[in-house]
This record gives sequence, C-alpha cells and structure tokens, in this order.
Amino acid sequence: MWTSLIIVIDGVTYGAWLFLVALGLTLIFGVMKILNIAHGNFYAAGAYVAATAMGYWFANHEPSYLAFVIQLVTAVVTGVLLGVLLEVTIVRRLRGRDEVSVALATFALLLMMDDAMQFIWGAAAYPAPAPYGLLGTSKIAGLRFNNYEFALVGLAILVGGAVCWLLMGTRTGRSLKALIYDREMAAAMGVPVDALYLVIFTLGAVLAALGGAFTAPMIQVAPGLGAEIIVLIFAVIVIGGMGSILGAAVGALLVGLARSATIHLYPFAEVYIVYVVMALVLAFRPEGLFPPAKIRKI
Amino acid sequence: MTGQARTDMGVAAGLVLLAIGAYAMPTWVLSVAAVALAKGLVAIGLLLLLRAGLVPFGHAMYFCIGGYATGIAAQFGGVRDIFLLLAIAACSAGVIALAAGFLLRRYRGIFFAMLSMALSMILYGILLKSQSLGSSDGFSVPRPTIFGLSMAGASAVSIIYLVIAVSLAAVMLIASRYLKTTLGHIGPAVRLNELRIEYLGYAAERLIHLEYVASGLLGGLAGGLVALFIGQIDPGMGFWTTSGEFVFIAILAGTGGVWGAVAAAFILEIVHAVAFNFAPQYWKFVLGSTLLVLILRFPGGLSSIRWGRRAGQADA
Repeated sequence: MWTSLIIVIDGVTYGAWLFLVALGLTLIFGVMKILNIAHGNFYAAGAYVAATAMGYWFANHEPSYLAFVIQLVTAVVTGVLLGVLLEVTIVRRLRGRDEVSVALATFALLLMMDDAMQFIWGAAAYPAPAPYGLLGTSKIAGLRFNNYEFALVGLAILVGGAVCWLLMGTRTGRSLKALIYDREMAAAMGVPVDALYLVIFTLGAVLAALGGAFTAPMIQVAPGLGAEIIVLIFAVIVIGGMGSILGAAVGALLVGLARSATIHLYPFAEVYIVYVVMALVLAFRPEGLFPPAKIRKI
Repeated sequence: MTGQARTDMGVAAGLVLLAIGAYAMPTWVLSVAAVALAKGLVAIGLLLLLRAGLVPFGHAMYFCIGGYATGIAAQFGGVRDIFLLLAIAACSAGVIALAAGFLLRRYRGIFFAMLSMALSMILYGILLKSQSLGSSDGFSVPRPTIFGLSMAGASAVSIIYLVIAVSLAAVMLIASRYLKTTLGHIGPAVRLNELRIEYLGYAAERLIHLEYVASGLLGGLAGGLVALFIGQIDPGMGFWTTSGEFVFIAILAGTGGVWGAVAAAFILEIVHAVAFNFAPQYWKFVLGSTLLVLILRFPGGLSSIRWGRRAGQADA
C-alpha cells in the first residue's frame, strides 16, 4: 500500500518534470517538423544558468521566495537567447531540407553546446538547493513528501494549460494550425511564416530551460545532463504520438510511473524500462498513442 | 571500361594503398584508419537502409553485439581464431537483426528510427547492469590468432588492420554489385512510393527486412573487428550517441554509393583524431562545427560531389 503510494507520487512528479521538457520538443516537432536533438542542451543550459544565478544570490542572502523569481527570469532569458540565436543563424538555413539532415544538424549542435557549456561551467557539479526546502513538507499516510515536488506538478499543469490556450484560443494559434497543414497556402494568406517559426522555436527553448531551471534544485547539475534527458524525452513524445500535447502529457505520466515503479520494485531495469515501455507501445500503436491526423498519399 | 570494372579497380587500388600504409603509417594514424575503415563497414550497411528512406538510429546495438560476442567467445569461450571470432560476431548480430526485423520492418520514418534506438538502449541498459560482463567498464579482449599463429605487439595491430581493410574491400565489391541488381534498385523506389512498389508485385517489407539483416551483419562484423583491434569493449559501444555517429557518417556520405560511406567515415575519424590531439577538451565542439558546416554546404552528401562526371548518376 505504502509502496504503491510512493510509486504514484514519485511517478507523477517525475512525469511533470519530463512533461515540461517534452512539451517544447513536441511543439517544435509538431509545427516545424524538426526533431531537435539539442533540446536536452536547452534544458541543461536552463539548469546551469539558474543554478549559477541562485548560487551568487544565496551566497549572501537567506533563502527566500525570490528564488522562484530568479528561476523564472533566468529560464526565460536563457531560452529566448538560445532560441533566437540558433533559429536565426542555423535552423532557418535548413528549411526545406529533409527531416533527417535537420535532425543531424541539431545533433551537431548538441556536440558543440556540450563543449561550450563545459567551457563555461567546467566539469564540476553545481548544486542549487536554495528553493528546495522553501515550501516545507507535507505528510501523507505517515510519509513525508517535499512540497517543492508538488509545486512542480502544478507548474507543469499551468504551463501545459497555457500552451494549449495559446494554440486553441488565440489568433496566433489558428495561424499556426494553418501553417502546419499547408505552409505555402498559409504564407499566401498573409501568415508571417518566418516570424511564427522563430516564435515557436524560441518558445520550445524557453520551455526546456524552464524545465531545467525548476528541476535544478532537485538534481546535480553536471555535464552529460542534456544527452541523458533527451533520449527520455524522445521516448515520451514517441509514446504520445509526435507533435501531440495531450500525447506528451500521457507519455510523460506513463514513463514517470513506469520508472518509479521499477526503481522501487526492480531497480535492475531502471536504465532501460523507459525503452521497454516505448517498444511495447509502438508494437501495438505504431504511431504512438495520439498520432496527429495525416493526409494519406498514394 | 564499365562502371563496375572501374569500381573494382578503384577498390583494388585502394586496398593496395592501405596495405602499403600498414607499414608506412605511424601507429596512431594506423589506429585512426582502422577504426575509420570499420565504421565505413557500418556505414555501407546503413546505406542500404537509407536508400529505402529508413534511418536506423540504433545500429550501435549490432556494433555492440558484435563486440560483446567476440569478447565473450574469446575471453570466456576460449576461441582464438580471428576468422571464427568474426564469424561469431557477424552471425550473432545477424540473428538478432533477423528477430528484430520482424518487428521493425513495419515501421517507417521517425518511428523506425526511434524504435531501433529503443532496442539499442535496452541492450545498453542491460549491459550497464551486468556485473559478470564488467558493468560500465566492460572487459578486455585477448589477442586472437591468425591461421593458428599468435600475434603480439605492433605486428598484431597491423595484421588486424589488414584484416579490416580486406573485409571492407570485399564488402565494397559485394555491395556495389548488389546496388546494381533489381533488388538493389527497389530500395530507392520504396522511399519514393512504397504503395506502387507493392502494386508492382514486390514485397517492400521483405526487402527492408533483408537489408536490415545485412546491415546488422555488417554492424556486428565491424563491432567484432574494433573489439579485436582495440582489445577492450564497454557498454558505450551501444549508447545512442554511437548510433548517432553512424547515422552521421551515412548521411554525410549520401546515398550515392559505397565510396562516399568510406570517405565520410575517414573524414569523421580524422577530424575526431586531430581535434582530440590539439584540443582534447573541445574535440566535440570541433567535430560538431565541422559536421554542421558539411551539412549546410553539401546537401546531397559527399557522394554528390563528382569530379568530371555527370551529376545525379547513381551508380557505385
């Protein structure tokens, strides 16, 4: 009973974390058809910048709610800078190329960013524990849980809802839908294609950085963070159906629960359980759980 | 002279050059060349699948299986003969590829790539946790024998290098012939329009399965060769970044023919080695930027660059 409670709570918090990062990736893929392999590095950059900024501030200050402001601001600034820089200098030049070449160009970006980050932050780990204890703990069925992790779930729901509203309820969202279905026609109707692509790529980067900034207090921010999370996120969006936001949420939850269940019941399988889940889902649903509608070509 | 004869002459000349190189090159160049040639083998296997529009993002699995099969047979099974070891490597990878192929042949596009990555990461995870196989450190592979003779030191290195060179030359000859057969021409047609291929009476899935097994065999062979050359294996052989490197080589090569695959493998390894030599901390940055420039400058891959020949000619 207690074990299953722990599994569910751990799984949901882990899933929320994955969802924050996966949302940006699935958004970029859904709109731009780019499988951004460097997405994990956006996440890592967000974690590093937030950890560094908090390290500076809390060296001389008592831990306070200011930490959340720092996390939010650093994530947005990092995401916007990286997203705009890379979209304008590189991603834009690859438009019209096949998906594989574009994915590989982002793999090259991953290699470059890995070393660039190591150049800036070195090989040592950056702990950023300041905000972790701020929200206190709560007791459920005699077990103690940190409220920060519950706040992360709230943040994931909030961000997911905001992105859904952006896509469904605004004019920008409707332009995006037109853009996804037929780029040339949308452009002919006056949809600013270049600007929208820039916005989406940057938004994706901001979401990844947000995930990084808010999980930094829970993990060791160290080299290799990006390459580690990106394959997990791939699994999440593939399970959900590439480009689907609902799919990303369900995939993240599924992966989170599967992972926490194995950690508590069968730790031997921890490294690969995610891929077992993914292979099983694909074996029965070859395009993931919620594949976007497609035009059939003969 | 026909195209095939020209390819044969080219391969023969290349082999002679490589053989002379075995005695002329300093050891570090030799090891760069040996690994490049082995990766060229994998890239030729990937070429078959890429022509059909499939991107196997998990071929590190076969590379890893080949390496571990060789290591296990040599270290725990007492097998020493180099050709027997390589046969074990290629066959075990081939058998696994045959089994995995029944699942994978139904998938296309990004899902094919991701599912093959999932399979390779499962293997990586299992190896990482297998203490009897050395967990994350792997284990060492003893020096093999050739025709019953034992090898040691520098001569062992050049002999294994020559075995790699001969294997690659043989595979190039076979692959360049295969690409000219009817079956070889169906690959690109599957990419262009699979449904029409089915209407014409060819079973696209069976072709994909066949080519998948062939590329798995080549991956296993390459893994075995590298394991014997380096004398050490570890689960890193099966990590997804290794697959990424293979795909990178294959994309860089383009789908024109077997030469591009070998050239691309060499370019990658040379950039890798030079960068590692002069800027050990930042070799990934150098490698990444080189690859980015190559992708931006040569959209059709290296085999699209032709000297004094018509562009777009898709022979070997």
